[in-house]
Amino acid sequence: MKPAPFDYVRASTVDEAVAALAASNGEAKVLAGGQSLVPMLNFRIVDTPIFVDINGIQDLDRIEETTDGGLRIGALARHFALETSDLVKDRFPVLHEAMKHVAHLAIRNRGTIGGSLSHADPAAELPTMAVLLDAKIITARASGGREIAAADFFVAPLTTTLEPDEIIVAVELPGLATGTGWGFEEFAQRRGDFAVAGVSAIVSMDGKSVTESRIALMGLHDTPVRAHAAEAALLDDGIDAAAAAARLDAEPMNDLHGSADYRRHLAEVLTRRVLTAAMERAAR
Amino acid sequence: MTAKIPITVSVNGENHAAEVEPRLLLADFLRENLDLTGTHVGCEHGICGACTVLMNGDSVRSCLTFAVQADGTKIETVESLGDIDALGPLQEAFREKHALQCGFCTPGMLMTATDMLRKYRLETDDDIRDGLSGNICRCTGYQNIVAAVRSAADKRDAK
Repeated sequence: MKPAPFDYVRASTVDEAVAALAASNGEAKVLAGGQSLVPMLNFRIVDTPIFVDINGIQDLDRIEETTDGGLRIGALARHFALETSDLVKDRFPVLHEAMKHVAHLAIRNRGTIGGSLSHADPAAELPTMAVLLDAKIITARASGGREIAAADFFVAPLTTTLEPDEIIVAVELPGLATGTGWGFEEFAQRRGDFAVAGVSAIVSMDGKSVTESRIALMGLHDTPVRAHAAEAALLDDGIDAAAAAARLDAEPMNDLHGSADYRRHLAEVLTRRVLTAAMERAAR
Repeated sequence: MTAKIPITVSVNGENHAAEVEPRLLLADFLRENLDLTGTHVGCEHGICGACTVLMNGDSVRSCLTFAVQADGTKIETVESLGDIDALGPLQEAFREKHALQCGFCTPGMLMTATDMLRKYRLETDDDIRDGLSGNICRCTGYQNIVAAVRSAADKRDAK
């Protein structure tokens, strides 16, 4: 199992990377951490004649505070850096928790946030966190970059709205209100495997009532999605109604790791658990 | 045919210059070009962990890394941990706890555990199991591998 021959371009700036992509007429792809891409090359599932390696671009891995209490995370930030970042732990504890479930150490040492979002596995943690946390995905292209809302970014399994000559340069997470509660649960066969199913939530409360919530489902649709029906049910009728709505909302697959029915069951159970945890953690 | 690219890599403290095809995996560079066959190649798609090496001190899958990407880096393979006459402390723990049967997965287990022992406290055996979850042992000798890493972690903490 060896990759087919390809040409290799090292980019040392974002400008060089997008120029190389533009010059290739759609034939080149970006090589970042390579943790999803290289297996596909070894299997020869992907047949790409040119790779633009962006690992040498300086400062593209920064994790910086933004003035609204959020974070701007450079596309090359490795999973291990996110897992161990105090800024992430402080500002987005739900993301800190999610990182504990991302792959294995050797993969986390190499894999990048930009790569995970571009790869767009519907059962992966980072795309789900982007959806839950209303991330803005900042891109660059030779013809000019743009900002894409996470809700519009994921189209289908392994498919995003990125153009062939476009790369992610950063991910911006808007700050959460003080006292926001959170919950994250996933079920996987082994620690570090892709989730069979997962649910995450953030909740704001006033006294005993929920004033706002976001619930995101992982591995339960062909992209990570917000469970809007469950969010509405939580406001009107509480946790059990929200969990039942999440079950109805799920459109999971049957595969080796679990049947669609089992995944629907997980959607309900995990939604109940994350909402219970999030409401306990929320400041009243 | 794609152009070969010159690289210089420090492997176990020794500098190597070579010209390689971009598609050459680091695992194959180590085994075929440098004859360092301690790094094992199992699944070749990042699942089994047998090919794990350290790159600039971080464990990586050498089957998911191209040799050209190792240009200018410092690679450490299982050969750096010790040899038959002078085993390193982790290797010694593996021998003492009988943490290998056929030995195929052992290089990857050792390099993964080396990185884990540097990065994590490993307070419980479950932490060790979670940390080793990306390395597959086909003899299913996991109990003794966990015991060996536990022993190495305890010795680390006693220092």
